[in-house]
Amino acid sequence: MSKRHTLKTLAAAAALALAGIAPQAVAQESLKIGLILPMTGPFASTGRQIDAAVKLYMARHGDKVAGKKVEVILKDDGGVADQTRRIAQELIVNDKVVALAGFGLTPLAFATAPIATQSKTPMVVMAAATSVIPERSPFIVRSGFTIPQITTPIADWAAKNGIKNVVTLVSDYGPGQDAEKWFKSQFLLNGGKVTAELRVPVANPDFAPFLQRVRDAKPDALFVFLPSGVGAAFMKQFAERGLAQAGIKLIATGDVTDDDILNGMGEAALGVVTSFHYSAAHPSAMNKKYVADIAKANNGLRANFHGVGGYDGMRVILEGLKATKGQGGEALLNAMKGQVFESPRGQIMIDAQTRDVVQDVYIRKVERVAAMNNELWNVEFDVVKSVKDPAKTK
Amino acid sequence: MSDSRVADRAPGRPKPARDPLKGSTDVPVGQGAVISLRSQARWRWWEFALAVAAAASWFLLPAHTPLLTEIAILALFAISLDLVLGYAGIVSLGHTAFFGVGAYGAALFATHVMPDPLVGLVVAIAVSSVAGALSSVLIMRGSDLTRLMVTLGLALVLFELANKLDHITGGADGLQGAQMAPLLGSFEFDLQGRVAYAYCLVVLAVGVYFARRVVKSPFGVSLQALRDNRLRAASIGLAVNARLAAVYTVAAGLAGAAGALSAQKTGFAFASLDVLAFHQSADVMLMLVIGGTGYLYGGIFGAIIFKLLQDLISAWTPQYWTFWIGLFLIVLMLVGRERLIRPWTWWRGGSTR
Amino acid sequence: MLTLLFDGIAYGMLLFVLAVGLAVTLGLMNFINLAHGAFAMAGGYVTVLLMERLGVPFLWCLPAAFLFAAAAGALLERTLYRPMYARPHLDQVLFSIGLVFMAVAAVDYFLGARQQIIQLPVWLQGRFDLPYVDVGKYRLFIIVVCAVLTLALQWILTRTRFGSRLRASVDDPRVASGLGLNVNRIFLVTFAVGSGLAGLGGALGAEVLGLDPTFPLKFMIYFLIVVSVGGTTTITGPLLAALLLGIADVAGKYYVPKLGAFIVYSLMILILVWRPQGLFARAVSR
Repeated sequence: MSKRHTLKTLAAAAALALAGIAPQAVAQESLKIGLILPMTGPFASTGRQIDAAVKLYMARHGDKVAGKKVEVILKDDGGVADQTRRIAQELIVNDKVVALAGFGLTPLAFATAPIATQSKTPMVVMAAATSVIPERSPFIVRSGFTIPQITTPIADWAAKNGIKNVVTLVSDYGPGQDAEKWFKSQFLLNGGKVTAELRVPVANPDFAPFLQRVRDAKPDALFVFLPSGVGAAFMKQFAERGLAQAGIKLIATGDVTDDDILNGMGEAALGVVTSFHYSAAHPSAMNKKYVADIAKANNGLRANFHGVGGYDGMRVILEGLKATKGQGGEALLNAMKGQVFESPRGQIMIDAQTRDVVQDVYIRKVERVAAMNNELWNVEFDVVKSVKDPAKTK
Repeated sequence: MSDSRVADRAPGRPKPARDPLKGSTDVPVGQGAVISLRSQARWRWWEFALAVAAAASWFLLPAHTPLLTEIAILALFAISLDLVLGYAGIVSLGHTAFFGVGAYGAALFATHVMPDPLVGLVVAIAVSSVAGALSSVLIMRGSDLTRLMVTLGLALVLFELANKLDHITGGADGLQGAQMAPLLGSFEFDLQGRVAYAYCLVVLAVGVYFARRVVKSPFGVSLQALRDNRLRAASIGLAVNARLAAVYTVAAGLAGAAGALSAQKTGFAFASLDVLAFHQSADVMLMLVIGGTGYLYGGIFGAIIFKLLQDLISAWTPQYWTFWIGLFLIVLMLVGRERLIRPWTWWRGGSTR
Repeated sequence: MLTLLFDGIAYGMLLFVLAVGLAVTLGLMNFINLAHGAFAMAGGYVTVLLMERLGVPFLWCLPAAFLFAAAAGALLERTLYRPMYARPHLDQVLFSIGLVFMAVAAVDYFLGARQQIIQLPVWLQGRFDLPYVDVGKYRLFIIVVCAVLTLALQWILTRTRFGSRLRASVDDPRVASGLGLNVNRIFLVTFAVGSGLAGLGGALGAEVLGLDPTFPLKFMIYFLIVVSVGGTTTITGPLLAALLLGIADVAGKYYVPKLGAFIVYSLMILILVWRPQGLFARAVSR
């Protein structure tokens, strides 16, 4: 290796280093909120929805609190826990954010929890849905939903509507296993039977073998939990195999009939009954305006449950900041706890003890609604009020 | 060399031209090789400069320690890949298997046995070295594509294993472990990450020193012979498989060290499935190629350049930064990767390879 | 469990059509093209766009997907790939990874990140309920199309002059060139056809495998498995490897769902360690 070669290399590296990490001036006059979302990678749609909702909230409610400007710093973590951790560390130490928000997946929230505790920064989880998340740090507040919370109502509904035995089919990762566990325990509590528990690898191209198993088991209903994009492919194959004609009802959590892509799923999705905390077809004036505004600002994007988690999360943070007059830390955390307000999804509350969200869970059916562009929507027909996360009430 | 000596003895042959290896006096061939090796192995001024710059960064750039820590860890990881790729010529798309083994090993050790970071580091290195030794059997035969697939397959199998054994590894949620004990008993891992950065820098320095000793030795030179032409190396009596196994084990150990640092660096033992994910293998290979293979320090420069590029571009466009990285890669490959770090060749037309 | 076998065969045939272009490219040009999946994705998206925006019937979209991907392949081969042929494999790998990144991000930018859903024509939906086996109409369609394609490819390779020129170039490009064959043009046509087949595979597979911007990254590993296990010197090698992969995957997930993806990867490692040239390859003079 010649000296010139290494000299040039060093120079290039040094130049890039200095260019890239020039010290940043920190303006103390504004309140900064760190928004860490997966904007790239397999979970990018979650990030996009939350980003759109956060921008809408800021546009509607202005960006000044207690005389200071509020600034949202958006960072992409690509869904990688190590990145989330590092970005959170930098946001806290360099940008001196007053709160962290976002967290599209459970491991991302887990990785950041110790940092939130150590730095006493409130952390608002807008999307990740595993039960135990708020227990990992006293500074975590959730504005989205938990899997057990939205799974148990469909189990109740199924038992009450003549469904005696069920086969469960879930994606083999944290949320899927959670859904399987809670559906089963609630369904058994109601006297039902779960004849088979199928787990599908997350990166799975073909459902053929699993659907074959379902066919062999001949249950009254098939309970499904799949991440949103995969759910669409699944429904097509379910219909293609004639399982509905064979008398097997399809029930699921609302993730499968994600509003973002529901309309593209076609006839295969009609009649699917799901339980969830948010439907874009929720018939309140606030929601109608919310859905319309999101669509207008984002090229016809239909608002979905991740977005509403982001919208309400911002509300929690900004109202908290108003109450503490711009102060962060423990004061801000206490101002976040116990908030009760109307969200596009309905009435929700941030429980002061568990720091988790308490909300209404609806039972909905996919129908084609002539009055709304003749598109497919999740039409709510029943509701279970003020559901606390069952994992915490045990 | 021996050819010329036979020729010397033949009558009527003119005296052979001065052999540069032999110096001014007639030195036997074996000693000539030793002198040559020794001169290659001497520490250069820029290696010292690099060490000084690294130490200075700890003092001068306290605001950026999390990013710098990550760069240091990736640099160590990339150097371990250089041993395999640059010196032994094995194209491996699954090197993160050992990074992951080290990370999970350290995290599990800290959680279930004892939270001391240094002991955990040693244990992680041991475990990943064993993993490297065992899996070296797989890479001994076959073409480039075969080895690519086998290494990739191994990493994927480990990924699935970690996913399945979620009562041990935490599965997709990640392994949230215990709080790390203070380093050397008195340095607590702080929020700003300065202790962690110093720790990683020291481990990186030790790793570089060790790797350097390996590649500047006769063993290292024989590796290069193996890389350049395996058949010929075997025909002159080099034990090819033994050397491959040895270098693979050493590289796995270094990668495991990087993995352990990654798990320990925030002061709370943490490992998630990302340490075994394919993109980690691809990223480290990218870094190594950008920095340059075969001279050991490519890993460091590559890690710096890649991470900074990624940070800069994703700050500018959080959604589509992969597009620009892809473009950069294509341009880099078309232009020729050695030319990146030789700016004076950028405007010279034609091939300088 | 004939239905399982049938499903596995359909899946395998689809993988074959997707991967055959890669096998031929690798065997012919010794170029590891990890961007192959991007051509498949292109074909899939062309189909979706034609069907949704212009209302073109599904059957017409298939040749359109083939032609579009083939044209893209020809263009890229001539401009970007050709300078890379002489480079070491590492450079080729990284170059093609760069292409994939760009393709994925570009599709994401222009068409969004979500799953694209195709509405099949009515005559392809549903299935035949035969005595021992459940035959899905669409999967039957896939098998038929892929079988026809395979026979056509085999015929071209063995019965036409182009085929013999191609085989000569695969066996030894230098000698072939020395005999007066225009090796560059053979490369171009082969690469284009291979990419076109990938595009067709993407269009066919959109229904079964799903279609989103991360398609090339998700399925690259499967294509590589087919190519490395099947070898790159014949057509039948990758075909058998793809069928093996398809059936093993489907059967494995049915009988031993806990092990799922393990089976495929472990099988591949074992096969490659036992026969590094691939299961069905014959020795090549390279």
